[in-house]
Amino acid sequence: MNFEWTDEQVMLRESIGRFAAEHYLPGGRRSLVAQGAAGSRMRWKMMAEFGWLALALPDARGGLGGTSVDVMAFMEVFGRHLMLEPYVSSCIFAPPLLALGSNGTVGPVLEAISTGDVQVSPALAEPGSGFNLNRVATSAARVDGVFRISGTKSYAKNGAEADWFIVPVRTAGAVDERAGISLFLVPHDAPGLRRCGFRSIDHHRHASLQFDAVAVGTDALLGPLDGGLPLLEAAVDRAIAAHLAEAVGSMEMLRDTTLAYLKSRRQFGVTIGSFQALQHRMVDIAIACEEARSMTYHATLQLTADLVGRRRAVSAAKVRIGQNGLFVGRESVQLHGGVGTSDELLVSHHLKRLMMIDLAYGNADYHRGLFADSV
Amino acid sequence: MNLDLDETERAFRDEVRSFFAIRVPGAWRDRVRAGIRLEPTDYITYQKCLAARGWGAPTWPLEFGGTGWTPTQLFIFESEASLADAPGLFHQGLELIGPIIFTYGSAEQKAKYLPRIISADDWWCQGYSEPGAGSDLASLRTRAIRDGDYYVITGQKMWTSYAHVASHMFVLARTSVEKRKQSGISLLLIDMATPGITVRPIDSLDERHHVNEVFLDEVRVPVGNLVGWSYGKALLDRERGVTAANALRLAQQLRAVREAAGRARHGGRPLIEEPAFRAKLAQLEIETLGVEAMVMRVMTQSSSGAESGLSASMIKLRWSELLQRATELWVEVLGYEAAVFRALDHGDVSFPADMPHAMHGALYSRVTSIYGGSNEIQRNIVARRWLGL
Repeated sequence: MNFEWTDEQVMLRESIGRFAAEHYLPGGRRSLVAQGAAGSRMRWKMMAEFGWLALALPDARGGLGGTSVDVMAFMEVFGRHLMLEPYVSSCIFAPPLLALGSNGTVGPVLEAISTGDVQVSPALAEPGSGFNLNRVATSAARVDGVFRISGTKSYAKNGAEADWFIVPVRTAGAVDERAGISLFLVPHDAPGLRRCGFRSIDHHRHASLQFDAVAVGTDALLGPLDGGLPLLEAAVDRAIAAHLAEAVGSMEMLRDTTLAYLKSRRQFGVTIGSFQALQHRMVDIAIACEEARSMTYHATLQLTADLVGRRRAVSAAKVRIGQNGLFVGRESVQLHGGVGTSDELLVSHHLKRLMMIDLAYGNADYHRGLFADSV
Repeated sequence: MNLDLDETERAFRDEVRSFFAIRVPGAWRDRVRAGIRLEPTDYITYQKCLAARGWGAPTWPLEFGGTGWTPTQLFIFESEASLADAPGLFHQGLELIGPIIFTYGSAEQKAKYLPRIISADDWWCQGYSEPGAGSDLASLRTRAIRDGDYYVITGQKMWTSYAHVASHMFVLARTSVEKRKQSGISLLLIDMATPGITVRPIDSLDERHHVNEVFLDEVRVPVGNLVGWSYGKALLDRERGVTAANALRLAQQLRAVREAAGRARHGGRPLIEEPAFRAKLAQLEIETLGVEAMVMRVMTQSSSGAESGLSASMIKLRWSELLQRATELWVEVLGYEAAVFRALDHGDVSFPADMPHAMHGALYSRVTSIYGGSNEIQRNIVARRWLGL
């Protein structure tokens, strides 16, 4: 057992930290988000030049073949600086699924991720699906080797400007069945596909999608026909692990910021950190962070375990990081007092991001259910 | 970063597993699962059994009769013990006074006391708290006055666990009066057979006898029994082992809850199938995994020398809170059965499977957030030492 970063991981963390300091801090949060999609694409291309977008891509496909621990090392710093780019969707979730696709159609998309030329969005949720990955009503009729997809995906994560969508489609079976789900790669400009963009409170940019007999060929299929769900679940778990590390970074930034505030803010003639009531709340924040870090390590290192081991470790961590993230976010706002509620300070932005990370791929209650069912 | 065990560690795990394959007696198991302590005679039996195997002092260095295990080996040992429903080791000799003696004690003290701690021939109790000195330990008033080759100790100790069975007590007493109340406090080793010691039981809320008042009335202790360690010195960083071992035991309590919920009926079906209950149990199991993951980190930390902000105090806080919640949930699962606590003279009552130890466990657990530095004191420690507040 060993919980140390390697020298390479330390260097990776330092370089992404320097990048964030250069491109995220100056000008403040509000000017950053005002740059919108254009600013994000610009930073995305710079990230490609550093090679970061290829971190989790397999060696054989022009990637760096980074491990899940490398991803964790990277994502912590990403979260600490509240970086906005759709890294998890495009660079963690998508690549292993794209690697299953036909080389002719899908291969170039995979390679274009690493150069920053394309972004890929998971279009999983539907109206009424909740967080269930197996509840897929969007369906495809197969006529002469062409699949015609119809249905609604209500939440394509980071999909507002994505070039491609990974879409689970029911090609057989009833709406809740685990079997009968196929994964397709669909371009954003496919005829019959309508996209409505929206943003969430954390300034991430998403979309809802309406499929009206959108035609795709078998070359758009990722993984086996009717057998996409286990592959999707594995990709989702890797994405969850990356978001856990992102949350840890965000929580620890809140911890450090709040602690510094307690040591500097003066009321009643003393620093407010001298009050025991606040000290104890601060300690609970620190414990929540340590617990989150420990569980993130554990979940990340169990990604390659057997199915039950992976399910329990990932869902347990998702539950607790969701709960602890919200706790740390809300407490940090409280300990900052009035200024904690302002839009100008980063504190509230971290809270909002942590709310959305709890939501990502199923919130704490949902994953507690998965955990309870996986004995 | 990895969770892997190397070949030697895997072999060690198999060795420990086969040791614990010897079935733990049912009466022990019930207590262990309830998070309550064994009878002293059972502790002595268990300790002698471990000592015979060479594992009597898992956390001690080889030169003092310990195992010299790495933190990973210790983690393996405690995990396997937990899995087998084996009891924890009684810690007052092994973890509290033993390490003080081998770190600060004289050669005579080491030779005299250490082997008998491992062999369970001596039983140590801790004379720290007093009626006026609980969390504020430094206001203790017990005095040790030098008289030739002896210290004459007078005072009263409180909440002394197992003083009624102990052969020895380690006592904090004031050897001089100084301006700072933290100064002038010394540690003395007392043979309980020395004249002038009176032990009086304190009934605790679980109606069991573990704690006592100890009255010291001019107890004469040889000066050679003073240990070169005092209250003012930095505390030994030994808590990690104890808290970590405790925290790995939470899985035992949760197994008991899960089994009880499989037996309990709720409107015709097992309680374990009830969604609200499942969520509650899963929440506890998840938080327990969290503590276990923290334990893994804190244990490997001590070998690598790298320090994060993760401390034994944090684990103590989380462990005690979870132990309380787990044992409370157990009682909750039992429903009306939880009312069957003790037979009356004219009653020929048959006890439900988990009573009365589940009730004992839930009540006894209240002390875990108080002893060893209350959870509020632990928060003070984290605030001061780790957060610099």
